[in-house]
Order: sequence, then C-alpha cells, then structure tokens
Amino acid sequence: MTFPGRRPGEDVTALSDVDLTLASGDFVVVVGESGCGKTTLLNLMAGFSRPTSGRLLLNGEEIVGPGADRGVVFQRNALMPWLDVLANVELGLKLQGVSATERRAAAVRNLASVGLQDFHHHPVYQLSGGMQQRVGMARALTSDPEMLLMDEPLGALDALTRETSQELILDLWQASGKTVFFITHSVEEALFMATRLLVMSPRPGRLAASYDVDFSRRFLAERDARAVKSDAEFIALRERVLEHIRSGHVRDATDVGLRGGQDG
Amino acid sequence: MADSYGAPGGGGSSRGLSLATTAALFLAWWGVTAAGWVEPLFLPGPGAVLDRFLEVVEEGFGGATMVEHIWASLSRVGLAFLLAVATAVPVGVLMGMSRVARGILDPPLEFYRPIPPLAYLPLMVIWFGIGELTKIVVIYLAIFAPMALNARAGVRSVPIEQIHAAYSMGASRLQVVWHVILRGAMPEILTGMRIGLGFGWTTLVAAELIAAQAGLGAMIQQASDFLVSDVVIMGIVVIGTIAYLSDLAMRYLERVLTPWKGKV
Repeated sequence: MTFPGRRPGEDVTALSDVDLTLASGDFVVVVGESGCGKTTLLNLMAGFSRPTSGRLLLNGEEIVGPGADRGVVFQRNALMPWLDVLANVELGLKLQGVSATERRAAAVRNLASVGLQDFHHHPVYQLSGGMQQRVGMARALTSDPEMLLMDEPLGALDALTRETSQELILDLWQASGKTVFFITHSVEEALFMATRLLVMSPRPGRLAASYDVDFSRRFLAERDARAVKSDAEFIALRERVLEHIRSGHVRDATDVGLRGGQDG
Repeated sequence: MADSYGAPGGGGSSRGLSLATTAALFLAWWGVTAAGWVEPLFLPGPGAVLDRFLEVVEEGFGGATMVEHIWASLSRVGLAFLLAVATAVPVGVLMGMSRVARGILDPPLEFYRPIPPLAYLPLMVIWFGIGELTKIVVIYLAIFAPMALNARAGVRSVPIEQIHAAYSMGASRLQVVWHVILRGAMPEILTGMRIGLGFGWTTLVAAELIAAQAGLGAMIQQASDFLVSDVVIMGIVVIGTIAYLSDLAMRYLERVLTPWKGKV
C-alpha cells in the first residue's frame, strides 16, 4: 500500500508484504507503535481505501469497498449527534431497508447487551466516552456483520473504563461468535484480548511477529481480568512483545509463526 | 454549572449588560436632544420619533402606511431569502461534495461576493428593469454567497468517521449524502442562513433605491429627500429591530435543530 507524496518520488509506502489470513471466529489484535500502518491495514479491510498492489479477499470475494458485512468501531466522532442512542443503533438496518419493528427489536437487544437499555432516548453527545463507545459497538453488532473491525476503540478512554470495556468486548465476542480485527497500541490490551496477536513494525508497515495466545479465553472461563494480567506467563510475553516493538527491527518474523495465505 | 475557568466568553449571561447598554444609549439620546444641544433637524428626540412612528402607523408616509412599508420590505427580504435557501444550500453542498463543482463555481462566487451591491445595482436595473425583480435579485445575490460558502464549509466539516460508519452499515452514496452529510452540515448551513439574512437586511435600502412605492428603505429615502429626519431615524430603528428579531428567530432555530452544536 503506497500513498502518493507531495512530490514525485516522495511516495510513502505504508504497508508492504502483508500476507495475512484470518480464521473465522478469531480475535485478531494488531499492535504496533503510532504510524506503523495499523489503521492503513484496517482501512483496506474495511474498504475505505484500495491497495496499490495486492488483493484482499473476504470469503473468497475481493473487497472492493465498504459493506455491511464488515462492521467498524471507530476511536471517536463516529456517532450521529442528531440521532438519539436508539436511532444511532438502528441506523444501519434503516439504511438497508429493514422494517421499523424488526430494526427496533435488534437495536433494543444489542443496546441491552452493552448495558445501555436505560439510555434509548439520550442524546449521544451527552454520554461519557465509554458509553459512546458502547453505543458504537451496539451499532456495529446490529447490522449483524461477518466481522468487526475495531480501530483503537478504547484508545480515548480512561484506564478504569478501558479495562471494563475490554471485558465487555470479550463478552460480546463470545456471545456473537464474530471474527474480530482489533487495533491497539497497548501491548497489555492486545495480549489480554487476542486469540492471535500480530506485531507490526513501521516504515514500511510489515507484520513482524504473530503469537497465538489464550488469555482472553482464560478470562472468559475464570472472569478474573487482574489474575490473567498479573500471571507470570502474561507478563513474560508482554515484555517480549514490548521488546519486539522497541527494537523496531523484527526481521525474523517467520520464527515466531507468521502464517502465509490470503487476507479475508 | 458555572463556566470552566478560562473558557472563551465564560462568566454567565450577557443579557444584563446588553439591556444596560440599550438603556444608556436611549438615555444619552434623550438627554442630548432634551437639553437642546442638537438641532431637531439633525437629531430629533426619542419622543418625536415615537410620535412620528404612531403617526405613520395610522396615516402613513410617502403613500403607504407603516404596515404596508414593513410588509413590502419583509416580503422582499423573505422571498429573496427563501430563493437563496432553495438554491445556495444545494450549490454549497455540491461544491463541498464535488471537485468539479468546486472548480467551476468558485471563481464566479468569490469574484462577485466582495462587490458592494450598490456597484452592480445599475447593471441589475439595465438587465431586469425597475420592477420588483431587480430588488429581489439584488437582495438575493447578497444572501446567496455567504449561504453557499457556509453550506460548503459544513459539508467539509462532517467527520470522516461518520461517513465511513454509514458506508460500513451498507449505506449507498445517496444515503450518505442525505442521512449523514446534510445533517452533519446543518450547523454551518444554519449559520450561513443567519449571516445571509443579516446581509439581506443590509442590502434592503440599496435595493429599494429604485422606484419603490412602499418599503422601509423607500420610506427612508423619501424622508431624506424632504429632510424629515425623524422618519429617517424611525425607519432605521424599525429595520434594526426587525433584523434583530429575525436574527433571534434564527438563533432559536439553531438551538432547536442543532442542539449538539459545539458539544461534540
């Protein structure tokens, strides 16, 4: 993926040699420092931009633009302030022409699943940042996409809200069985959430390492986030990933099990 | 809740000060004229102006009563305003949406915008005659530019996340324009309408320079021909009051239609 620069010859290659296959039901987390191309990769998957070379496939079909089969949760600014909470969550189905009763039922159900059943008619701009993000998640789920793309959805939240939101997202993931592609710059968050953790290195953005991890499943089984995050194995892996990111030159990605294949 | 420290314009309502200023201006006007420091020809007192107002309400001035003058001016500004809303908002939205429209429409709009209406008034008379059409076209042109430019700015101010979110929920391009861009641009569109309405009142007297039978601007001009300064001042106060009231109405509309403005 190359972006045109200000002058010829100054083009910026944001992503290079990214070869990635997502398995259905996976919780894939991409972690890396700012400017490493994480969001570029998500925008390609969402269809907001087209690759300058290479292909992206979803269930064997080439991605040519955004669509309701890929729900997106943004870091901020993505709710419609002229609509109340319920109308925001209903909007996707309304745009798709679903009947009023059917879309209302889906929206009510998904708002309950994020704990906002008492806020149907609140203006979204009066909600806290954490609640706004929960509306964003309910909205993405209501269109019943095949996969959820989350672009640092918790990046703007305070530490405590962030932790409870992580647990909520894992619960939603378990309940819905959807494939999740989640971007963060927090290594701890990445390790806690992922079934598969991808480390990206910058300039040009490449997938530097891939880990299969099971801390999220451990949390879902035992319901004790602090115990998981303070586990010796968790801490050791966290330091190892941090070391990867800090060194910034992880060339031997194949050692750590980067699988080949097509995106999708 | 009090305004936070350092917030621009903080410190509570400014209404008390506005009322005090108005009262002080009236008092100074009354004092200066009652003391006989100024010839009534140059500055008649508030009492004389009020008497003249009541007289014009009952008997009329220059062949029309006050209600007829107000109605003539109000319908000119109102018609020009409605025409501008119907054309300038779509043009501005188009300019915000399309590179081609922006390229084509930017030069003529930016060229005529700073020209004082009095400069092109003679041309309008040659083109459109001395009837109602010229008056409405002159007011319309004054309203059009700020309204179109604000609509254009409004379109460009819609957060890209909202547009992306709508596409990811399966929206078509037309649906994005209708459900996201037009609504997101509403605060600026309303600001443009408010500024435009002000420009309309500003241009009224110039438009009524030409062969107007009735109208507040025409009334002021006839009065100035005969040095009836109390009618001149009374006309100014009436225009100012109506323009102020219409601005208050626009501000009310802004609060009702875009309650999220400045809160997102």
